[in-house]
Amino acid sequence: MEQKITHHLTDEILMAYAAGTLPEAFNLMVATHVSLCDECRAVVESYDALGGEVLDQTPGNDVALTPGSFAATMALIAGGAPDEIRAQRPKDAVLPQPLLDYVGGGLDTVKWRSVGMGVKQAILPTSSDASARLLYIPAGTAMPDHGHNGTEMTMVLQGAFQDEDDYFARGDVEVADSDLHHTPVADIHEDCICLAVTDAPLRFEGLLPKIAQRFARI
Amino acid sequence: MQDSDGKRMLWVDHMLRIRDDQDQTAFAELFDHFAPRVKGFLMKSGADASLAEECAQEVMATCWHKAHMFDPARASVATWIFTIARNRKIDVLRKQRRPEPEDLGWGPEDEPDQADVMALQQESEQLGRAIAELPPAQRELIQKAYFGDLSHSEIADQTGLPLGTIKSRIRLALERLRHAMK
Ligand SMILES: [Zn+2]
Repeated sequence: MEQKITHHLTDEILMAYAAGTLPEAFNLMVATHVSLCDECRAVVESYDALGGEVLDQTPGNDVALTPGSFAATMALIAGGAPDEIRAQRPKDAVLPQPLLDYVGGGLDTVKWRSVGMGVKQAILPTSSDASARLLYIPAGTAMPDHGHNGTEMTMVLQGAFQDEDDYFARGDVEVADSDLHHTPVADIHEDCICLAVTDAPLRFEGLLPKIAQRFARI
Repeated sequence: MQDSDGKRMLWVDHMLRIRDDQDQTAFAELFDHFAPRVKGFLMKSGADASLAEECAQEVMATCWHKAHMFDPARASVATWIFTIARNRKIDVLRKQRRPEPEDLGWGPEDEPDQADVMALQQESEQLGRAIAELPPAQRELIQKAYFGDLSHSEIADQTGLPLGTIKSRIRLALERLRHAMK
């Protein structure tokens, strides 16, 4: 049984996921969180319902089909279902299914790159309008400084982290806008693995952990 | 709006006939109603007429092929078709993959209760009415959120819509599936 998730995604993000207007990296965050959180899954499906009503009821939304449209559709059906079977991957204790799809395997197949101070990251392949990466932060270490120029969301997959006000455990998401300044620190008991997405350009120098950065500024 | 009231259970029945009997008459009626709306949705999302036509046909074919995955205790038929059309939009127009959450598909023996199906369909009808009763400016913003490309920070405040009631219905359906998965 998962422990209770207390930090959820915002309604705006969940609605935009239902509407299909988010960058791919954000969709990955939503799909990953929703895999662990039935509360947000129900919200997403409520927004799907809103989309269904909009589709069904917007006056003048229907556009006449070309002649023969139905016959063409029946021919498509007769051609059989396209195979788009989701790769069946063994369950992973840390990575929910959508992340398995993007990593291409379980946690043991992640191609980590060191960014210093024991912190590692792996950038996931998404469209370029936003980026997604896995972060590995040793227990007790400060999280890398995120370049807050847009919206950034960080979700815990293993371990936990703490900022000035809150404690984030598996499934919890911290949503940060550009004006948030904080110093999250990985919990001392276990190394922390997170999914982080941002629509700001990735600032690689910003990935150095706090202490190193302060040192560099002297 | 009026003629869609009470039609929800009819569409559900059509979907079950497509799933169980490959009923082409039921499918033709579903097609006549939804295919032009899907085409309109795709055109408003930026597709030209011929691409939208092609995609609308594919969406309706998917609706047939995946009929066994439709859960009427969790979604109206309009909702279900909307999600297929939206995914097609992301795939074809935005050329992106759409990450989907871990599946909670139904197992062989968890066909939902008729009472749960009725209740969910009624909730979606109430949601439809609530949208129709919104002030026009607010309604247009919602339509734009789904049909246009409002960014997530531009998305309208949803106060006044009975989303909480449909959410608790969907929550019940999810609990049923979680239970069936054990
Ligand atoms: Zn949640």
